[in-house]
Amino acid sequence: MAAATRAEVLRLYRALLKESGKFASYGYRSYALRRIRDAFRENKNVKDSAQIETLMNNAKTNLEMIRRQVTIGQLYTTQKLVIECPEKL
Amino acid sequence: MMWVPRSVALRALRGLVVFQGRRLSGVVTQQQGKGDSDESALRPLYLDVQATTPLDPRVLDSMLPYLVHYYGNPHSRTHAYGWESESAMEKARQQVASIIGADPREIIFTSGATESNNIAVKGVARFYKSRKKHIITTQTEHKCVLDSCRALEAEGFHVTYLPVKKNGIIDLKDLENAIQPDTSLVSVMTVNNEIGVKQPVSDIGHICSSRKIFFHTDAAQAVGKIPLNVNDMKIDLMSISGHKIYGPKGVGAIYIRRRPRVRVEPLQSGGGQERGLRSGTVPTPLVVGFGAACELAQQEIEYDHKRISLLAERLVTKIMREIPDVVMNGDPVDRYPGCINLSFAYVEGESLLMALKEVALSSGSACTSASLEPSYVLRAIGTDEDLAHSSIRFGIGRFTTEDEVDYTVKKCIQHVKRLREMSPLWEMVQDGIDLKSIKWTQH
Repeated sequence: MAAATRAEVLRLYRALLKESGKFASYGYRSYALRRIRDAFRENKNVKDSAQIETLMNNAKTNLEMIRRQVTIGQLYTTQKLVIECPEKL
Repeated sequence: MMWVPRSVALRALRGLVVFQGRRLSGVVTQQQGKGDSDESALRPLYLDVQATTPLDPRVLDSMLPYLVHYYGNPHSRTHAYGWESESAMEKARQQVASIIGADPREIIFTSGATESNNIAVKGVARFYKSRKKHIITTQTEHKCVLDSCRALEAEGFHVTYLPVKKNGIIDLKDLENAIQPDTSLVSVMTVNNEIGVKQPVSDIGHICSSRKIFFHTDAAQAVGKIPLNVNDMKIDLMSISGHKIYGPKGVGAIYIRRRPRVRVEPLQSGGGQERGLRSGTVPTPLVVGFGAACELAQQEIEYDHKRISLLAERLVTKIMREIPDVVMNGDPVDRYPGCINLSFAYVEGESLLMALKEVALSSGSACTSASLEPSYVLRAIGTDEDLAHSSIRFGIGRFTTEDEVDYTVKKCIQHVKRLREMSPLWEMVQDGIDLKSIKWTQH
């Protein structure tokens, strides 16, 4: 199988960020966004097609996991944290 | 020289500070919450990850199938429900073993680090009691190790509680001198839960193995946070906890070396699960989550450590820059950076904690947080009584953000300054009175 194209990688990256932005919990949301950005940045120079494929598959598995966990988080919401309300800062 | 009746003065002082702290912070909330009915419903930030960590969503994701579909008893040998649970349990055992460089057969699942510590300390001592009646531990261990030792003392064992140096670390010479011909076990924790210092576990392991003594370490606060290898560090028994590494509560493990074999007397009788060392059905969903948490921690150890170090540095430098007379407890270098214990001189810790109600913090271990006594760990490192009373532990973890650290720092500075302005002690210090020269009268 050919390595993923640049467009495919970017599409997956955007999908991960978009989905992670929906985490109800402040901690999980900010962690997921940061971790995804850092992981893609860390691996942006990977050239080996087999390695790219492994990374892409991991990312796809993670996207599914994030979707499920976002749903669960939304089922059991709680109050926001003090720092999520700008007027408190 | 000034003469003040000590007990009366201190009690009055403490009452005043606590009372004003409560009242003032109440007023502040009311003003800010004007016309905003759900103001009080905001949740505080969480900076107490040494007490427990939030469950990582990736961990929960691995557990859910075992809470929903795969409910078989992992010890059932006659049907597929049992087999699928068993294979999940064995995969988890592999994941736990891998993070400490052990063989999966050396991992016994327990209910948590407290149980693991009990099995290690009591189990080894009782198994070898006919020949060996002496145990060595330190004064700064977790309550469950100290309490297990107390129980053994009642059974006729001798226990040496090693003192620690000012920086919270034991002196290896003290350890060597404490070893007796009938010493069966040395138990020293890897990372302290209150002050975050790292003991020289590898050196201790080598000393113990050369003297043919078993070495147990409580690594609940260390696994997944600093690299550990039971073979390189010559560790014979190790306690691990699930909920300190973003896994579920109610599960942990004990590593028990097979070569050379360490024998322990089980504490619990029953169906003989976990090679007879810990009877009772293994909770599949919990161990699956625990295994996933270990695998994640192993993958993320470097990333997490780098980030936690940065945030810790940010917190400490900002606080130290703004407030004078802040002391960091424990060794400044040999430590896990995510556990920061600061003493704010002339401020009572409990008042500060109460004022900082927007941040979940603790003055020490959660187990003893109900008591107003100063922490025994701080007393063991020789912290003055007043500084021991003014300590706060800041815990930084995987999910902590820069904004949370900045908010905590801001609130902390604000409240320390406010409480000091109310404090007669602070006033005396500003007037140049050395508090140590005050002769408090005894009653």
